[in-house]
Amino acid sequence: MSVMTGETTAPGTDIEPTDRPPARGIAVADRGELAVEHAAVGVEIDHLSAYYGQHLVLRDITLTVQPNSVTAIIGPSGCGKSTLIRCLNRMHEVTPGARIQGQIHLDGDPIYVPGVDPVVVRQRIGMVFQRPNPFPTMSIFDNVVAGLKLAGIKDRALLQEVAERSLRRAALWDEVKDKLHAAGGALSGGQQQRLCIARAIAVEPEVVLMDEPASALDPMSTLKIEELIDALRTSYTIVIVTHNMQQAARVSDRTAFLTVGDDGAGYLVEDGPTRQIFTNPQRRLTEDYISGRFG
Amino acid sequence: MSAPAAEYGRVPALLAQHRPRHGEPAFRALVILASLTVLAVIAGLVVVIARESLRGIAYNGPAFLWGTTWDPVHSVFGALPFIYGTILTSVSALVLAMLIGVGVALFLAELAPRWLAGPVGFMVEMLAAIPSVVYGLWGIFVLAPWIRDYVEVPLHDTLGFLPFFTGNPIGIGNLEAVVVLTIMVLPTVAAVSRDVVAAVPLSQREAALALGATRWETIRLGVFPYARSGIIGAGILGLARGIGETMAVTMVIGNAPTISLSLFSQGYTMASVIANEFTEATTDLYRSSLIEIGLLLLIVTLLINAAARLLVWRVAYGASARNVLA
Ligand SMILES: Nc1ncnc2c1ncn2[C@@H]1O[C@H](COP(=O)(O)OP(=O)(O)OP(=O)(O)O)[C@@H](O)[C@H]1O
Ligand SMILES: [Mg+2]
Repeated sequence: MSVMTGETTAPGTDIEPTDRPPARGIAVADRGELAVEHAAVGVEIDHLSAYYGQHLVLRDITLTVQPNSVTAIIGPSGCGKSTLIRCLNRMHEVTPGARIQGQIHLDGDPIYVPGVDPVVVRQRIGMVFQRPNPFPTMSIFDNVVAGLKLAGIKDRALLQEVAERSLRRAALWDEVKDKLHAAGGALSGGQQQRLCIARAIAVEPEVVLMDEPASALDPMSTLKIEELIDALRTSYTIVIVTHNMQQAARVSDRTAFLTVGDDGAGYLVEDGPTRQIFTNPQRRLTEDYISGRFG
Repeated sequence: MSAPAAEYGRVPALLAQHRPRHGEPAFRALVILASLTVLAVIAGLVVVIARESLRGIAYNGPAFLWGTTWDPVHSVFGALPFIYGTILTSVSALVLAMLIGVGVALFLAELAPRWLAGPVGFMVEMLAAIPSVVYGLWGIFVLAPWIRDYVEVPLHDTLGFLPFFTGNPIGIGNLEAVVVLTIMVLPTVAAVSRDVVAAVPLSQREAALALGATRWETIRLGVFPYARSGIIGAGILGLARGIGETMAVTMVIGNAPTISLSLFSQGYTMASVIANEFTEATTDLYRSSLIEIGLLLLIVTLLINAAARLLVWRVAYGASARNVLA
């Protein structure tokens, strides 16, 4: 089940090394379809607090997301994982009454300053939501290329190529290649989620945020998505929220553990290389959560 | 562990006791009765109208549909001017009301701050509750003179060579009817569209926003496709009001059975002629011919409704229907 090419590790029994062997990059290139390399950018979260109205849900988070890596965010339900990644592409402020304090830097530049257009931030940071949200009346094809069409790209051949490539990477191509013009809403829940992944990566954002992308998927599709994440790491920066410890261990380079404080606000307990978090956590809370002793 | 009521395993037995046995048939009977009543009323309506218009149908023949002369004194009955007037005014009003109404709906649901959207939305709904005779009076005394002085006269002076602006602008005619009707249809279209747009899930907007869509692009990508069938439904409701509207239109359209492209020309609608002339219909034939117009109005209304329903169905289920066929 491991996504590591050429290695034999069973889920849950072994933890991925965090220092990526160069072999991985080669293995990816061998797949042939991911030759594009673009300089990935990092994200620095600087003393971020997030509110819904008067309700503080995230307290003072400081966390660095390394470029060209996969960062997993784990933590109990309701601790603010979704809120945190929604702050990264300025989606949080879309919710009425929602606001933040603190700052986030994308590639060194602050994104929460007057003059920064959230539209531009969101073009650079793609997002896959916790619940699949394809455009239900639009065709599968139009769903995938929606972001490109928004940008005014009309070249049919190009759109076709991007649609196929994105659908292949999202492990959906084989299931939909004969009905690309069927409605996006006519897919199963898991297929819809993969369609949303294809839609997000079609525009090749610099950072991809994924909120439990595999929670509605069967083991085979989950594996495919993990392979995709693995492949994307060479050219993108990825932040993934997951409830699945094995998944976090398998796909991520670094892991951040959040939990809910006594006041009901989520906070960052600890972050570090994934191997360290899973084998040698510095904090008792982390250890309890990882080993399933979390209350 | 005492309280037996809370003992685990009791719930299924309790549920079984409460399974409805007598309510179901009674409910069914009630619902069937209600639907039969509706059917009976419609059937009765059609039967009576058809029977009462038999005399007219026999005398006027099919030429009733395309005859342009309405001369009760000499017993010449042609209904085309009324059909033309009804379709012209209601369709024009619908087009205008859709354009404005959908704009108002998007503004209220997407753009307006809450303190503004609430009161404005309430006022839009209030517009729908104003009796149509009030609209008619306002049309005659306020709107008509204003339109005549500031719209019709300038248009006539500058573009009078076009067929739409010929004739004498007297402040009574097609244009006034269309404007009054638009204002009457607008609240229905705007209020229903607003509810439809507001019901589009947030996740659709977020999907568009996350792709880097601007506000307008978010509406185009995430809101419109989802709300499309509902907005068309709003249009159908508006059209239904427009076609059947009698009082206000009668007061401003001029009530002259002419067929003219000109906005300044006087016109007549099916509903208006029935309302105006029914009490003066002295002969049986005259009366029967008026009822025949009523029959036509019924048929036109049904046809437009059926066409609109078909449209909604195709828009709403078109994609999945194609999917099934493919
Ligand atoms: N739109 C909202 N309005 C008000 N409060 C909200 C809203 N969305 C989330 N919250 C609150 O914020 C807190 C964090 O929610 P969030 O969705 O970020 O949690 P999460 O860690 O993603 O949980 P899960 O693992 O269940 O997805 C919760 O207490 C939740 O009740
Ligand atoms: Mg969540």
